[in-house]
Amino acid sequence: MHFELDKSHKEIQKAVREFVRAQFDREMILESLKTGNLPAAVRKKAAQLGFSGIHIPDEYDGGGMGLFEYVLAAEQMCRKDASAGMALMLSGFGAECLFDLDRKNLAEKYLPPVAGGKMRAGAALFEPGAGADISGTQTTAAASGEHWIINGDKAYVPNGKTAGFYVVLCATREDADQADISVNSGNPLSLIVVDADTPGVTAESAGPTLGAGMVDFAHVGFQNAAVSVKNIIGNTGQGLDRSLSFLNQARIQAAAMALGTGQGAFDRALDYTRQRSQFGKKLAQFQVTRHKLADMAAGLESARLSVYQAAKAFDAGTCDAKTAAAAKLTAANAAMTAADEAVQLLGGYGYMTEYEVEHFYRDAKTLEIFLGSPGVLKDVIAGGLIGKLR
Amino acid sequence: MEILAYTDDHHRFRSRMRAFLEKEITPWTHQWEADHITPKWAWQKLGRAGFLCTGVSPEYGGMGGDFLYSVIAAEEMAKTNHTGLASALHSDVVVPYIQAFGSQEQKKKYLPGCVSGDIIAAVAMTEPDAGSDLASMTTTATEKNGEIELNGAKTFISNGINAGLVIVAAKDPDEPNPYNALTLYIVEDGTPGFKRGRHLEKMGFHSQDTAELFFTNCRIPGQNRLGQKGQGFGMLMEKLQQERLVTSICAQAAAELILEITTDFCKNTTDRDQKPLSKSQAAQFAIVEMTTEVKLGRTFLDKLIAGHMAGEQAIAETSMAKYWITDMAKRISRRSTDLFGDYGFCEACPIVRAFRDVRVMPIFAGTNEIMKNIAAKFMGL
Repeated sequence: MHFELDKSHKEIQKAVREFVRAQFDREMILESLKTGNLPAAVRKKAAQLGFSGIHIPDEYDGGGMGLFEYVLAAEQMCRKDASAGMALMLSGFGAECLFDLDRKNLAEKYLPPVAGGKMRAGAALFEPGAGADISGTQTTAAASGEHWIINGDKAYVPNGKTAGFYVVLCATREDADQADISVNSGNPLSLIVVDADTPGVTAESAGPTLGAGMVDFAHVGFQNAAVSVKNIIGNTGQGLDRSLSFLNQARIQAAAMALGTGQGAFDRALDYTRQRSQFGKKLAQFQVTRHKLADMAAGLESARLSVYQAAKAFDAGTCDAKTAAAAKLTAANAAMTAADEAVQLLGGYGYMTEYEVEHFYRDAKTLEIFLGSPGVLKDVIAGGLIGKLR
Repeated sequence: MEILAYTDDHHRFRSRMRAFLEKEITPWTHQWEADHITPKWAWQKLGRAGFLCTGVSPEYGGMGGDFLYSVIAAEEMAKTNHTGLASALHSDVVVPYIQAFGSQEQKKKYLPGCVSGDIIAAVAMTEPDAGSDLASMTTTATEKNGEIELNGAKTFISNGINAGLVIVAAKDPDEPNPYNALTLYIVEDGTPGFKRGRHLEKMGFHSQDTAELFFTNCRIPGQNRLGQKGQGFGMLMEKLQQERLVTSICAQAAAELILEITTDFCKNTTDRDQKPLSKSQAAQFAIVEMTTEVKLGRTFLDKLIAGHMAGEQAIAETSMAKYWITDMAKRISRRSTDLFGDYGFCEACPIVRAFRDVRVMPIFAGTNEIMKNIAAKFMGL
């Protein structure tokens, strides 16, 4: 397979690079890492230029492009700054579930504000104590007249405290009897959109995180939260498949962020070792430094192919779970290797906040766990390869 | 069979220190991490309880303990899962310069305060443009009329803000051979011309103060020279074996702590089917493999400690241990966090701080690349 970026793709990369050069000022980044949020002006600019909503269909004011274009943008953004790039490209996390609906009411309501940078989204799929397993979802939604009544808890929801709405995976039941509702008793899983300001919805911050310092993660609770019956995404019983498809997409997105994070760390290590002299020569003249840089670059190049390939497959409708999981596994590993070596090559400076690679290392580690640690991803890949044995 | 001959006295010292740290230190560590410094009273408390500079002789207020007390003190401090109270650096890296090379007068003046915790010590070698390549340092010392004038900048100095005493490596500008040009000097806090630069922000070690130090026409009395003029390099080389060993001890203890917390978590956390995470085969293999690495590190390290105590020079092996054990701690920190799921990227997860802290260990006390250079040289490669 041969990837040649066409002119429009190169223009996307160029536009993102121009944007980050102008907007990702180092002082601003260091300040934002402390406050935990990007300045509204930067978010607004990213939305105006159509980056954070690049993959949102154009009929909803988005860029109308595919996951592949999203991947290119996320890569270039995280390359300049991993934390800021994640914050911008995850701002609509979960809105993807609204892209291809027959009934357009939800998309028309929620996607334009996300594309315009006015609203963030949070996919609320995972539950406390359940790890990455969503098939046993315990959060319930009971139909009661014109409403779904939602009860349950979701863990580590990105944009948990700042999202305007959540996309919540629930076990649904069409009659109002709320007792004994869970998937274990055969209730179908469905995705339901819940406004964050719905009475009964609470978000409790998961506290500071190792990386992704400008994204807020929160535990979101639902206590008799009532939303319109029209807030269901698609039909009842489609929730699991839709969630798994979203997870494929989101893992490829995270893989692109990891790829950019690793590339950004590599860029800095390359610059530094070409300039820094010790023992009478440039660090980049030492053979072991050169081999480290070669390893970093080789890992990133193979990750790039894996991520691009997965994104192309997703856009063609042929991406399965194992391809998406493998892209994320490969990219996060390459990012960790690159960021770790970058810290090492910069020596004491590598450990200092102002030299940036230290937070690339923390961001890479966060991405290595977010949306599936290596163990979880290997379970997914093996499941796809081996299938069910009897 | 144990490699190290711990006596009952050693064991009692360990339990006493562990109890002290649990009561007096651990409850504060979150605060100190947030403050980005550890208060001086904590040093004093630790010193007055007898846990600083255990190797200093009773003549100067110490307990005159063997190196195993230093090992115990470093290990127990590492178990507090914070790095701000850098007692091993103070007790077993910096103060030994005064013990070994100080004059009677210098020892009398400084050692009791180092033991009691009233004086916090730092050593300043690294400069903005002289990291691994120590010989390229540019801080100068000119001696005239019984006075010494220091000029230059140092960076990444641990305990840099708190230090009451800094051992500064500086060069005689008139000596062309860099290996004969270096001398160590004692600079006290408050000396005119000695200024702190920025308190540096870093990935981890948040409770520890790391700073830039500036010396501008900084005059100190002639008697603040440590040892003979031009002997600095030799003194550094002599003491680096212990510095690397102490770094390895701290990294080994950190790896053991991370693994203990991780193993407990996997045993005590169940998945949705009430099955402990430690029943997953992949988690079991991960924990077994990591435990094997930690045990290999421990065996290697204990053997080197025993040799060090017997006066053996093991430059290549100590360099190997510093590189391998600090890298091992880093690997363990990366792999362990994966077993916690999303909790593993939250600061609330107890090993996340350790993940950030251990990352500097392959860098400080001589980068691991330098360790391999040294080992290669001593192996005749």
